[in-house]
Amino acid sequence: MDSNEKKFLSVHNLTIDYVTYEETVHAVRDVSFDLEKGKTLALVGETGAGKTTIARAILRVLPEPPAKVISGQVYLNDKELFGISEKEMCKVRGNDITMIFQDPMTALNPVMRVGDQIAEVLLLHGKTTKEEARAHAMEMLEQVGISGDRYDDYPNQFSGGMKQRVVIAIALACNPDLLLADEPTTALDVTIQAQVLRLIRNLVKNRNASMLLITHDLGVVAQTCDDVAIIYAGQIVEKGSKEDIFDRHCHPYTIGLLGAIPRIDTRVHRLATIKGLPPDPTLLPKGCGFCPRCPYAEKICEEKAPELMEVEPGHFCRWQRKIAGE
Amino acid sequence: MAAENSRRIIKDNIIEVKHLKKYFQTSKGLLHAVDDVNFAIEQGTTLGVVGESGCGKSTLGRVLIHLEESTEGEIWFDGEDVTDLRGRKLKKFHEKAQIIFQDPYSSLNPRMTVEDTIAEPFRHSHRFRRAEIMEQTKKLMDLVGIAQRLRMSYPHELDGGRRQRVVIARALALEPKFIVCDEPVSSLDVSIQAQVLNLLQDLQDERKFTYMFITHDLSVVRHISDNICVMYLGQLVETCAAGELFEHPLHPYTQALLSTIPSTDIHKKQEETILEGELTFPINPQPGCRFRSRCRYACEACGKPQQLREISPGHFLSCCQVNDRENGVVRQQ
Repeated sequence: MDSNEKKFLSVHNLTIDYVTYEETVHAVRDVSFDLEKGKTLALVGETGAGKTTIARAILRVLPEPPAKVISGQVYLNDKELFGISEKEMCKVRGNDITMIFQDPMTALNPVMRVGDQIAEVLLLHGKTTKEEARAHAMEMLEQVGISGDRYDDYPNQFSGGMKQRVVIAIALACNPDLLLADEPTTALDVTIQAQVLRLIRNLVKNRNASMLLITHDLGVVAQTCDDVAIIYAGQIVEKGSKEDIFDRHCHPYTIGLLGAIPRIDTRVHRLATIKGLPPDPTLLPKGCGFCPRCPYAEKICEEKAPELMEVEPGHFCRWQRKIAGE
Repeated sequence: MAAENSRRIIKDNIIEVKHLKKYFQTSKGLLHAVDDVNFAIEQGTTLGVVGESGCGKSTLGRVLIHLEESTEGEIWFDGEDVTDLRGRKLKKFHEKAQIIFQDPYSSLNPRMTVEDTIAEPFRHSHRFRRAEIMEQTKKLMDLVGIAQRLRMSYPHELDGGRRQRVVIARALALEPKFIVCDEPVSSLDVSIQAQVLNLLQDLQDERKFTYMFITHDLSVVRHISDNICVMYLGQLVETCAAGELFEHPLHPYTQALLSTIPSTDIHKKQEETILEGELTFPINPQPGCRFRSRCRYACEACGKPQQLREISPGHFLSCCQVNDRENGVVRQQ
């Protein structure tokens, strides 16, 4: 894991806690992954699994305190992001890395014209004059399918899908190399979701940008991503290419997750469920985090936390049985 | 209690809706939220209602159980006209028809414990003694799978899945016959969503509940429904059995809607019919098909008023051109 040449984004051993007087929440535990240029990686997991925390950590916008980065490095083009000054980081943010937030209703400033919100990014990074920024912002609006004359409208004049397009336009205004998309379509209807996903996919492809897509919707993952990492209780439990995860998944949690989705092509009478609930992140089990819910749990699972093992080239899985060679 | 009554196995319609309309007066004009809707739900089955947000599906559910008054039309419940119920009769009706809301975070009173919340319908009905209420509450908690130790917990101490179970227990308290489920799982994670869906199905198998399941999630609706209505801007555009709808969708809107579901099958290259534009509001709508502005087959005939008609047994559709598009070929069942 030490050869990070060629890797565009590389996250090493990231561990983040939320520390308060009363308790410590272990939100992210020893997460490592790489992302190549032009590829899309999906982080999949349930609420509270730590997906958003990872994305915010990369962008260094975690609320600190209570959040505390215990260990880890993030390399973007061989530049270590945790080591640079806040001033330098400001240049990276919005320029090299941008983020699309989940809820377009709250991500926009309600008392600022939408066009100005796009132009603001360009002006902040000192790339253009005011007039150029305005022209560029209009062009961005057109690119996301909104007429340029709506530059002077306010967010409340837009529908949910259009607001999300504006958020995307802001995120892509500076031609970022890395896009962090945090559940970009969760708040939208299916028909609008399809429009927005197609838009993001095309924009990312045309600019050869990389994308980290955070979602809990495995359908979106299957249609959008190249690589997938499944996160459970702050840890990556399985990662690999899309084919590895959907066709040759081996971790019990991944199996459960795929079984729990109602299918549109076939009808089963009962859905497979994962019994119980995700563990309390303040009181994680000593052994494997998934052990209390795992149908294959054994004695050893309660005592020893399994390591992430390479089960086939590029396909990693954190499961005791795999390690035992079964 | 009414246990014997709900055990009837006769094939009859528990809910029948005729020309139901609900209009809202807005500053911009009359909003036709539900416009001339007709359907019936058979006892013990589930009717799924799908559509984009703003299409009037939640309003339909609320009107059905009298949380809103209808503007026009009739609602028949168990052979009785319940369109204009008031006072004591309405209270009786609400014992038999219940609703599960979308957001378990806002539909529970934050100052009431789990036990109080579930016991409230019993207290409200004035038909039970204190000891009975305690016993019934316990039974309900077991039924929906909430541990007894959580009896005195407050909603903020519970996670979304458990909260939704409390909401379900409260809805089931007086043994209703008909339950409107308004997006009951859309705020839950997949693994929890599967648990709640299974619970709803088990309860139906056991007690022959009738559900109207309102959702925007098409894979969920296929999983849980016997029949499905597709709604667009206040009107039903297609109604048929669940399997039929997914195998032979006929309305252009249904077809587009189905093609946009991201499939978890990575080998199937999806052919997306992406709808351009967005849902508008049916304020002072023009006669004719409301989908025609987004429809790729739109023609002049679409400007005429559309009726839901039976295309094949049990398959209703409101589209004027379906015969032309199918080139007169009769579909094989």
